[in-house]
Amino acid sequence: MNIDFLDGNEMVALGAFEAGCNFFAGYPITPASAILQQMIDDLPKHGGTAIQAEDEIASIGFCIGASMTGKKVLTATSGPGLSLYSENIGMAIMGETPMVIVDVQRHGPATGSATKDGASDIQFARWSTSGGYPIIALVPTNVEECYTMAIQAFNYAEQFRTPVFLLSSKEIAMTRERVDWSKIKKPEIINRTYHKPEDGKYIPYRFVNSEDIPPFAAYGGEELTRYTTSTHDENANLLADPVKIQRMMDHLNKKIDSDKISLVVKDFEEGAEILVVSYGVTSRTAREAIKMARANNVKVSSLVIHSVWPVPEKEIKNALKNVKKVIVPEMNAGQYIYEVQRLITNNAQLIGVNTMDTRLINPEKIYQAILS
Amino acid sequence: MSTTVAPASSFLFEDKKFPFCPGCGHTVSANALNKALVTLKIDPKQTVIVTDIGCVGLTDHYFNINAFHGLHGRSITYATGIKLANPGLNVIVLMGDGGLGIGGGHFLNAARRNIGITVLVFNNFNYGMTGGQHSTTTPMHGITSTTPEGNEENPVDICALVGAVNGSFAARTTVYDKDLTDIMVAAIQHKGFSAVDILEPCTAYFAKKNTMDKEGILGLMTSLGYEKGIVINKNREELTEKIKKHTAQQMAIVASKQKEQKQFKHNLIKKTSLVIAGSAGERVISSSFLLAYSGIISGLFVTQKDDFPITVMTGYSVSEIIFSDEEILYTEIDKPDYIFILSMNGYERVKNRINANTIIITDESLNMVELLKGKVDPKNIINIPIVKEARVIDKNYAVMIGLAAFLHHSNLFSQDAFVEAINTKNKPAFIEKSLQAIEVGAQMIKSLVNS
Ligand SMILES: Cc1ncc(C[n+]2csc(CCOP(=O)(O)OP(=O)(O)O)c2C)c(N)n1
Ligand code: SF4
Ligand SMILES: [Mg+2]
Repeated sequence: MNIDFLDGNEMVALGAFEAGCNFFAGYPITPASAILQQMIDDLPKHGGTAIQAEDEIASIGFCIGASMTGKKVLTATSGPGLSLYSENIGMAIMGETPMVIVDVQRHGPATGSATKDGASDIQFARWSTSGGYPIIALVPTNVEECYTMAIQAFNYAEQFRTPVFLLSSKEIAMTRERVDWSKIKKPEIINRTYHKPEDGKYIPYRFVNSEDIPPFAAYGGEELTRYTTSTHDENANLLADPVKIQRMMDHLNKKIDSDKISLVVKDFEEGAEILVVSYGVTSRTAREAIKMARANNVKVSSLVIHSVWPVPEKEIKNALKNVKKVIVPEMNAGQYIYEVQRLITNNAQLIGVNTMDTRLINPEKIYQAILS
Repeated sequence: MSTTVAPASSFLFEDKKFPFCPGCGHTVSANALNKALVTLKIDPKQTVIVTDIGCVGLTDHYFNINAFHGLHGRSITYATGIKLANPGLNVIVLMGDGGLGIGGGHFLNAARRNIGITVLVFNNFNYGMTGGQHSTTTPMHGITSTTPEGNEENPVDICALVGAVNGSFAARTTVYDKDLTDIMVAAIQHKGFSAVDILEPCTAYFAKKNTMDKEGILGLMTSLGYEKGIVINKNREELTEKIKKHTAQQMAIVASKQKEQKQFKHNLIKKTSLVIAGSAGERVISSSFLLAYSGIISGLFVTQKDDFPITVMTGYSVSEIIFSDEEILYTEIDKPDYIFILSMNGYERVKNRINANTIIITDESLNMVELLKGKVDPKNIINIPIVKEARVIDKNYAVMIGLAAFLHHSNLFSQDAFVEAINTKNKPAFIEKSLQAIEVGAQMIKSLVNS
């Protein structure tokens, strides 16, 4: 049978297996623990290694080490654990480490409401470490997308040699839903580009154009390789020359670009002057509200953002054309609304619909904002 | 340990000289490491030097060997990841006493796990790189920039840390000792986790204010009661060896093929929501899953989410299910169509959502008709002897009786689908009684309709 009844955490794990994940390290935390559990139970069956680390700093540390031996690595946590990942996220950016970080968001800050939903970490994922360099973050809206986006997250991690966040949340992670495998479109699997012997001597951080991704060589392979957390030249040596430093940092900045990474779902209505921009589980509430509006002959368009980082600026600008009112519903005090705000060029009205009471936003609230 | 065919006479880059201050112990330790690697004839391609932060962290640049330079105190975590991912590699960590302090948890856990990495602690009793502040190994009364009057805290005994977690190898020596290279060789050859505490002078800071010549360090060791040489050397199975066996066993398990699942038809007219409110231990969640799953094989869209306290074996246990013939977008149940109340714990958790249109399925003994007077029309309360009848089968099947009652009252899909779910998704030992229970539930609704 092609039908299953699974939750988002199970689908993330299945997506990871499909993507070829062969290393996992994590630390228990609600609502992400089920991913750790499934990895411990099932990853060895796929020939991989899964381990519970002593804390989140070790979890991500193990993953970074394993990734540099050529493994496709995954870790999963929630807000408090993501906080402990911070310094290593910076290192993964600096060292150009492919890895997927699942953050099953819960209601924060700090311990917050451990078993309750919230879009707590949308900006936190983006600015989770010092330096301010870009990362990639994907946000699923349902369990099927937990699967496809887990694969996509691995693809991006491999392709761009960078940490990629999969930002699910308690509601998607722990609610079972119908899964129709016959309707799921699996992304093609992409693996990192390895250095080829015919390309000459291996230089670990070599790139020609700023946006190029340095080819990879694994520890234990035919090439000697070096990795570093420090500002480095192409041989991973400490850099002091400002010109060379600028070139390296430009590279980290430019390699991640919304021209290459831009996943949105558009549902535009001809002549609509109202636009709802949403992400995650709130996109579903928004769709419910939009259905109500359309049933009452109110024209409204929808833009669902799957790749929240980098901001899909072109898509948002395009959606904003001729719009007089923009609604951004979020299960937080307003985080992504400012990304939309900075792209508004006319005097369109911007409305945030925000709740922080751990419940999903009621469609009625968004509907009222549409009508207002 | 992997070795190379053509032995090298040195693994250091010829054109680079160590950058440490004159007289710094790090130079001695780094040169000794080179000698140890030459002695061992290691294959640089099969070896990774993992360095921490600090002056010690500059060392890897000078070796023509795979290198990983990581964060302050975290080098053991990267080394562990590398070793777990590729157990064939020789993985050698170089860290300072500073790194050992901030990352002490990793040191303890790596020793406890017995992961086959070697940790060489370049222990100069202070933070060289940041200006000579005290570290966790600074001896009592030691003068540093942050203990100008003398350290008032006890130092950590690195070898004792290994012993505390039944670690398999620990040694201590100094840069003044001839056995430095030999001890490194023994540590790297050791199959499990190995640590060497190498006592050094930091000539720029700690050695300026404290006596750190050979005699000074020896005197310090005596006063602290520190043993020298190989202090711990035990034969314990290394972690990746165990993991290898586990993985081989797991890979040999052939996944049982999922049986072709029968499909059923549904009779759903409008989206229907059900909240099941019981107590821990009543199998609320697992039973609700079976009902929800039977909706799935009847061609419906279904969502199920559960709610229970963190202390899972006490208090309420609630499951929420939505059945629909189209994609369910909003998964919250604000106004339940049905609430099945099996215990007062559950009732307290869901009572705010009871409204005039809610159909209540409940056990007689809870007196819901009385409790909900004025709130719910008694006609909407299906008051049945669930617990009493369950006892005839087994008290653990009360939820199944109530769910069958819901199914027959709502008529969303046929009982055959529920039977199929029980037969295919339940624990084998639970099947027979589950099937009995749903018959009982069905009969209760039939006799209500007839009466
Ligand atoms: C998280 C973090 N905190 C603080 C520092 C600053 N820092 C750099 S080196 C160092 C101490 C290093 O001392 P040690 O490990 O003993 O090495 P040594 O310099 O003595 O060789 C510190 C605290 C840092 N790099 N990272
Ligand atoms: S500061 Fe101390 S540890 Fe650093 S190089 Fe100088 S003597 Fe060595
Ligand atoms: Mg030191």
